[in-house]
Amino acid sequence: MENGVVISTDKLVRKFKVGRTELVALKEVSLEFRRGEFAGLVGPSGSGKTTLLNIIGTLDAPSSGTAVVLGERVESLSPVRAASLRSRHIGFIFQTFNLLPVYTAYENVEFPLLLLGMSQSERRKKVTDALEWVGLADRANSRPTQLSGGESQRVAIARAVVKRPELVLADEPTANLDAENSHKILQTMVSLNHDLGTTFLFSTHDEKVIRYLRRKISLIDGRVANDEVRSPNSD
Amino acid sequence: MLTFLAKGLLRDRSRSLFPLLTVAIGVTLVVFMDSYLRGATDAMFAATASFVCGHVRVATRAYAKAGADATNELALLGVDSILGELKRDFPDVTWTLRTRFGGLVDVPDSMGETRVQSPAAGMAIDLSPESPERKILRLEQSLASGHLPSAPGEVLLSDDFARRLDVKPGDKLTLVSSTMNGSMATYNFTLSGTVRFGVSAMDRGAVLADINDIQQALDMPDAADAVFGFLPVAGYDDRLASRLAARFNSGRDTTDRYAPVMETMRLASGLGSMFDLIGAATGLIVSIFIVAMAVVLWNAGLMGSLRRYGEVGVRLAIGESKPAVYRSLLAESFLIGLAGSVLGTLAGLGLGYYLQEVGIDISGMMPNATVVIDDVLRARVTPVSVYIGFVPGLLATFVGAAISGLGVFKRQTAMLAKELGS
Ligand SMILES: Nc1ncnc2c1ncn2[C@@H]1O[C@H](COP(=O)(O)OP(=O)(O)OP(=O)(O)O)[C@@H](O)[C@H]1O
Ligand SMILES: [Mg+2]
Repeated sequence: MENGVVISTDKLVRKFKVGRTELVALKEVSLEFRRGEFAGLVGPSGSGKTTLLNIIGTLDAPSSGTAVVLGERVESLSPVRAASLRSRHIGFIFQTFNLLPVYTAYENVEFPLLLLGMSQSERRKKVTDALEWVGLADRANSRPTQLSGGESQRVAIARAVVKRPELVLADEPTANLDAENSHKILQTMVSLNHDLGTTFLFSTHDEKVIRYLRRKISLIDGRVANDEVRSPNSD
Repeated sequence: MLTFLAKGLLRDRSRSLFPLLTVAIGVTLVVFMDSYLRGATDAMFAATASFVCGHVRVATRAYAKAGADATNELALLGVDSILGELKRDFPDVTWTLRTRFGGLVDVPDSMGETRVQSPAAGMAIDLSPESPERKILRLEQSLASGHLPSAPGEVLLSDDFARRLDVKPGDKLTLVSSTMNGSMATYNFTLSGTVRFGVSAMDRGAVLADINDIQQALDMPDAADAVFGFLPVAGYDDRLASRLAARFNSGRDTTDRYAPVMETMRLASGLGSMFDLIGAATGLIVSIFIVAMAVVLWNAGLMGSLRRYGEVGVRLAIGESKPAVYRSLLAESFLIGLAGSVLGTLAGLGLGYYLQEVGIDISGMMPNATVVIDDVLRARVTPVSVYIGFVPGLLATFVGAAISGLGVFKRQTAMLAKELGS
């Protein structure tokens, strides 16, 4: 990845068929993200934030234009290759935590490493580290039902970062959390970004999240309306 | 990864225990039903063969044609040579002479006057100690009092009948009947013992006499109603019986009313269509069970995939490929299907085996039965019992999961964020 560019999109367009008409959710979005960024997509509901994250996360493909993620062209990636790219290099955090209910916190975090075929001893070390980063080492054996919302989201973060991905994509990660937990989560992510150099890309309209962003990209009606680099907690 | 999936399977009861129980119960029912129906059919065949007509029967054409109305007039003559011929030509088959007779049993009082008289249905068989009838009719096991005949002139009565007549072993009886040629015949017997066959139709009013005595009594030397043949196989093998009959009958005179003809139990008993009906009903009942089980398991598979929608979504997002998720769903259902089918088959075999070895007495439920049916419910466990439930149990679980699991491939990854977001 030349010059540390992890994501670049060029005139990215995503259209959806809605009945007879066509809805253009992304209109020629051209953006570039470098390694280690802590950036957020903000904008009103329906502005295309999730759609863009989906394409960057190889869960969806553009209608036209290009998206290059970690050196791979998303539009020409086969489903199995896309899955492999996700499993190796991309971590997801969702609005609801989506932990697998029958597994313990430890096992939920371990799952991505199993997909990578890592050895037991290697897994043990990485899972323990990840749980420590999010401050839940002592809850390793708890089941999701025994965890609070904030704790669950921290386990989800550990699951997203345990394999040390290049990229973590978080779609409204604080939407279901109260202020205190939101701040804890963000602090966790800031320090992971700092310590591991992981690139974070959020979608949010939560002011609490926006305060932590070092780059804020405003989407309005599928277009990039504003792209500002800022120092965190500046407003 | 396998341990991981196994952990999930074991912890999530609605994914393991409940489907497993469903499979196991379904398979148990199929296996048990199958062996029970087989046993019931066998019992009916066995009773029909022992008491009505053997697996094959040689009689005159006229006797065969007359069916239930046949009388001793139509008996087979020269039975000793026919018996010898049969034993020579079909050495694997057990051959015995049988004659049915009717009449009155007259019990005299101490003065020699009639104390009580009752109509009786008689069966003349070879009662000698080395006779195969002892085994065929299970005489030793059926003996309720006294001893089996050991001298000429000794007879057995069914135990109920003896009670009604108020006679005991050692008492004298007179049979009043008619000879083969239609004249009146009386013959004196001594009651040696009483028997209970566990076959209601036989236990109500039967006399069992030795064939030699009856030949004398009814003036039918070297004659008998028929020769019964018993095949050395469990149940009844109609194909084998038909082959024997064809071999015996080929080249025989078909115009002489009194020429011998061999008939299969199917024909001779007049129950052919009933046999077919029972066979069809058995097949139908087992099929219905199998289909019902398949539908239930199929549904369980569908429910399972609905319930695990979220889990599958997360796994796809994290980067497990669709084929890998699908394979793991198949592997799980295979394990569940296998375990459930093994358990169900074992349970079904256990129940069937219990019924086969111990049985359940239902004589109280049919005091007036006229069909010769064993009073004890039986089952027969066969090699078929091992797979008749197992295969559909495993297949239904597996195929159910295979089809419902195809939904994984229809998932649009682009929708995952929305599905997992709310
Ligand atoms: N699968 C789809 N089919 C049709 N239209 C879609 C689909 N996905 C998104 N859209 C439309 O595209 C537009 C952008 O949607 P998107 O989910 O990206 O918005 P968003 O910025 O994430 O909104 P929110 O803040 O509410 O999550 C919306 O008008 C939405 O209705
Ligand atoms: Mg959204």
